This record gives sequence, C-alpha cells and structure tokens, in this order.
Amino acid sequence: MDMPIIELKGVVKSFGPVDVLKGVNFTAYPGKITALVGDNGAGKSTLIKGLAGVQPYDGGQVLFDGSPVTLHSPRDAGDLGIEVVYQDLALCDNLDIVQNMFLGREELSAGTFDEGRMEREAAETLRQLSVRTVKSVRQKVSSLSGGQRQTVAIARSVLKKAKVVILDEPTAALGVAQTAQVLALVKRLAEQGVSVILISHNLVDVFEVADYISVLYLGQMVASVKASETNNEDVIGYITGAKTYEGTPA
Amino acid sequence: MSAPNSGTPPTESTTALAALSTEQLIGSGQEGGLLDQVRAWVQRVRGGDMGALPAVAGFIVLSILFTILSPYFFTERNFANLLTQAATLVMLGMALVFVLLLGEIDLSAGVTAGLTMVIFVVLIAVVNLNWILALAIAFLTGIAIGTFIGFFVAKVGIPSFVVTLGLFLGFQGLELIIIGAGGLYRVETPEILAIQNSTLPTWGGWVMVAVMLAISATMSFIDRARRTRAEVPNRTIALVWAKLIAIAVLGGGVVLILNQNRGTGFKAIEGVPIVVPITLAILWIGTFVLDRTKFGRYIYAVGGNAEAARRSGVKVAMIRWCAFIVCSSLAVVSGLFSISKVGSVDAAAGREIVLSGVAAAVVGGVSLFGGRGRLIHAAIGALVIAVITNGLGLLNLPAGVNYAVTGGVLILAATIDAVSRKRAGGSILRT
Repeated sequence: MDMPIIELKGVVKSFGPVDVLKGVNFTAYPGKITALVGDNGAGKSTLIKGLAGVQPYDGGQVLFDGSPVTLHSPRDAGDLGIEVVYQDLALCDNLDIVQNMFLGREELSAGTFDEGRMEREAAETLRQLSVRTVKSVRQKVSSLSGGQRQTVAIARSVLKKAKVVILDEPTAALGVAQTAQVLALVKRLAEQGVSVILISHNLVDVFEVADYISVLYLGQMVASVKASETNNEDVIGYITGAKTYEGTPA
Repeated sequence: MSAPNSGTPPTESTTALAALSTEQLIGSGQEGGLLDQVRAWVQRVRGGDMGALPAVAGFIVLSILFTILSPYFFTERNFANLLTQAATLVMLGMALVFVLLLGEIDLSAGVTAGLTMVIFVVLIAVVNLNWILALAIAFLTGIAIGTFIGFFVAKVGIPSFVVTLGLFLGFQGLELIIIGAGGLYRVETPEILAIQNSTLPTWGGWVMVAVMLAISATMSFIDRARRTRAEVPNRTIALVWAKLIAIAVLGGGVVLILNQNRGTGFKAIEGVPIVVPITLAILWIGTFVLDRTKFGRYIYAVGGNAEAARRSGVKVAMIRWCAFIVCSSLAVVSGLFSISKVGSVDAAAGREIVLSGVAAAVVGGVSLFGGRGRLIHAAIGALVIAVITNGLGLLNLPAGVNYAVTGGVLILAATIDAVSRKRAGGSILRT
C-alpha cells in the first residue's frame, strides 16, 4: 500500500459545549478517490474545514506526506497543496473564467497582469481535463451553468498544482448529464495523481468513482473501507448507525 | 462571415494562431474579425452588460434637447463652463467608485472634501502656513479620514452606511466649529484658483491629445505583444485603430472647441481648462490600477463575492480598508476642484454634493450591488448630471426642477442597474 498523503489521528473539534469531532482518524492516498460520507451533522464539513485551515482543529495530529503539519489558515493548507472546492463554489460572478482561476495568484509581468500567459495556462488546464463544455475562457462566470461552474472550480485547483483536492458535494445541484461530466472530471483528476476527497450524500455517485469510503457518524469515524469490498446496504447501515463496521480501517 | 484573424498584421504568425485556435476547443472570445467582435458586444449588451451605454445615450439626447431649447447651450463658452462645473462631481464620482465596487458606500465623501478644504484655507488664512504645506496637511487629513472609516468598516464590522452617515453629520459640525456659522474664507492661492480658471496654451491641448494617443497605442501594442508571446489569439487590430481614431476625433473635437476664443471682453479666453488634463490623468491612473494590478482585481473580486475572495487568499479587510483611503484621498482632490471654481469656502462646504456623486456613479453604470463598474462610468454619469444642471439653469427653471429631474434620472439609472443585473443572472446563483 502507498503511503497516505493525508493522515488524521484523533482529531477533535468542539463548538462550545458541542463536540463535533470526537477523535477522528482519516486517511487519503495519492491518485485515489476517498469518499467521505455521513448524515447531516455527522461532522463532515467540520472535518474538511479543519483540513482547509478555515476552522483549525482543537486537537489531534495532522500528518501530510508522513510529517506532522499545522493548518491554521487557508494559506497553510494552500502552501501544502490542499485545495477545497466548496459546495457554494466560491467563484466571483463578475469575473471571467481566467480571472477566477488565477484569483489570488495572478501572474505578473513588470508589476501588471500578464493576461496572455494566464489565459493560455487556464485554457491548457481545461483542455488537459478534456473540458469541452466551455465556449470561451473569457466568459463571465455569471453566464455559466452549474456544471460549468463546478468544472471551473475543479480546474482552478488543478491549476494550483494541488496534491489534495477536497470536493464538497460536487454533484448536489446538477442534472444527470452534468453529474456524469463532473464525475468523469473527478476520475481524471485522480488519474493525474491527485488525492481526491469526495464528500457526497449520493451513494450512487460514491460507488461509481470512489476507491475508499469513510463513514462519519456523530463525530466518529465508524468505518473506513475499500469501495470494492463493501456495498450500498452496508454503507447506509454505517451512516445511520444501524450497523457497526467490524474490520480494520482500510 | 469574415475569416478568422482577418486584419491581423503580417508580423504575427497568423497561420500558427489559426492552427492553434482550431486545435484549441475552448475559445478566448478574441477570435474573429471586427464584425464578430461587434456581434459579441451586442450580445453582451443584450445579456444585460450595458456599462455606460445608457448614460452615453442620455448625454447625447440631453445635449440635443438643450441645444434646441436654449441658444446658449451649444456655445464654446458654455462648453468650457460645463466641463469646469462637472469637474468636482466627476472627481467625487470616481472617488466613490472604489467603495461602490465593494458594495459599500461613503456618504461622508462630500463633507470630507469640504472639511479638508476648510482646514486648507484656514491654515493659509489664519495660521499663515505655506500653501503647499497646507495642501499636504489637507491630503493627510483625507487619508486619516479614509483610514478611520476603513477601520470601522473592515475591522470593527459596522456597515459603511452607518459609519459614513455619522461622519457626514460630525464633519458638518466640525466645519461649523472651525469656520463659525455664516463664516466664509476666500481662496487666495493663485495655484489653486488656476486649476479651474486658467487654461493650457492652445498648443497644450494638442499635446494633451497626442499624449493620450501615444499612451493608448503603447498599452494596446504591449498587450498584443504579450498575448502573442503567450501564443493566445489577439483581437483584430482594427479594434485598436478604431479606439485610437475615437480618441483622436473626440479629443481633437473637444480641444478644437475649447481653443476658440470664448472671452466676452478684450482679453481672449481660450484653451483647455487645466482641470481637464488633471482629471484625465487621475482617470487613467485609477483605471490602470483597477484593471491591471492585484489591488484593482481584488476590489472587483471582493465586490463580486467576498467569501470567494477570502478563500482565494485575498486579504479582504485590507482591500476594503485601502479602498476607503483611496476614496477619501480622491475626495480631497474634488474639494480642490470645488474651491477653485467657487473661490471660497464656507461652513457648509461639501454638504450637498455627496448624493450627486453617488448618483453620478450609478447613472454612469456603476452597480450599487458591487463588483461592476469603471471609473469612466462615473465620469460620464457626472457629465450627464452636469448637463442637466447646466441646461436647466440656462432655461431659467427654478432649482427645484433640477433636483426633481436629477432624482428621476438616478432612480431610472438604478432601475437599469437592477434589471440588467437580473438579466445577467447574477442574482440567481449569488450566495
């Protein structure tokens, strides 16, 4: 087995009197898709917000590539190559695709924007991910469909040379065809060696793309299994707490 | 249908670009000839991205209307008058663009201009300070005011509307305390009076147009060279020529009119008022910052989606803070334009103009919701409002009509803003 790129050990987080994460262990591997599932309130969002540096964990250990790291700000996470694609997509409607993809890391030449170079790299990244649905890289994001926005948001993380991409419900608001496109994009992302953490409520999507499935239940990691060694029914059991996982965490 | 890349100069390897764009599945919106670009622009306008188009149309319609109604409107003298009357509002509108782009507002910008000018004039008249030193203190006061507003908005988190409303009242009080009720100071500094009352020599106007053409051409060709180096398609070069011709014709026309003798006495009054090149320079620098630097891009990003900007590593609070400082500093410049025109400062300086400044920006196409608009929009919007004031004044209509018409135009402009924003789909997916 490969060495995990992300390893969380006994991570805890509480908001006032409420313990949201009660000592969670979690691993993700390079080039693999790990699905993180669990019911509402299980702690999925809190877990990824910690990884993203948005809401630091209260305790526990975070290992990145085997060495302990601290994630206190989005910048810490970004420096390590951890990128989050949020459910609400975090794109600026009033900017175009290139401007969004390079937001916060614009390329300069003589102190001013080198729009040509940014446009080329953005187009190349989209091409590399075989994106065909976008007409022009200079389209305003406000004119894009939900699936196209998701595509831009994912391509943005690729452009940043992310090693770990966390996708928060990437297909939640999408139709059938767009869901298929985004899932294909997620697979290509993993093929390029990126470790993908996929948060989803849709188990059909999860079983279609995931290599590993980790289940959170009331702030505890109740199961970590290979997708090929489990089934829909078991995973629903873990999510609802009706079933207990007996094996060793994969 | 015109062929792709028609009109590109032979220096750029047209064949390589053509090959690239067929291989490239995703376009860049830069391909095609002049006709394609015009078509794309029409499509953008239809989609709700109208920019300053309604304001330009309004400006032209109003100008024609007043030319018909008043024999004094379309004269060299009134034209120069219009520009100097508008200058204060143009500058204040441009100042406000920086905060409006963030979706914030600065209701104190007018009285910031007023208060700093009160300080400026009192320092000279009462303390006998050197005018340059007094000017420096006025600007430092402006920067301090911006810093103060920015602190409360960006760090403490009070809505800008409330903070600046407080300052709007407070500064009026401060002006009263410094000057005293009914008090008035004359502006005696010739350098300040010259801004609005002196003109460039007639050849100076032509130099000004030449400089504008040179800068515009240089920037366009640097941009094209960079795009060529990055091997992405350039817009058809016809667009560059069209822009240069537009600057030459418009600028040349304005200079030609202003170079006519508009004096009524023995002394000839001719040439471009000095305020014009100053305003153009600030407009150009500000546009450069907004379009081509990180600070400018981040202002748009924060105005579009502050949370997205924050997650991208943009220091949102810092951007907000700096935008308020820029706004207050430019408000000081508008104050200078104002006292240069009026020739005096009283205790009510800047009280009335601030809402006109916001109106100017909105009329010109700057969105009150943030994220959309340019400096030139505020300038055009200010010209529209100035034309209304100027034209109605020439018709000898009571001041009340002026307020009513300006208010109506503002509501119309805000309606266009809201409707076009809906059309652009911005309101549907905004979180």
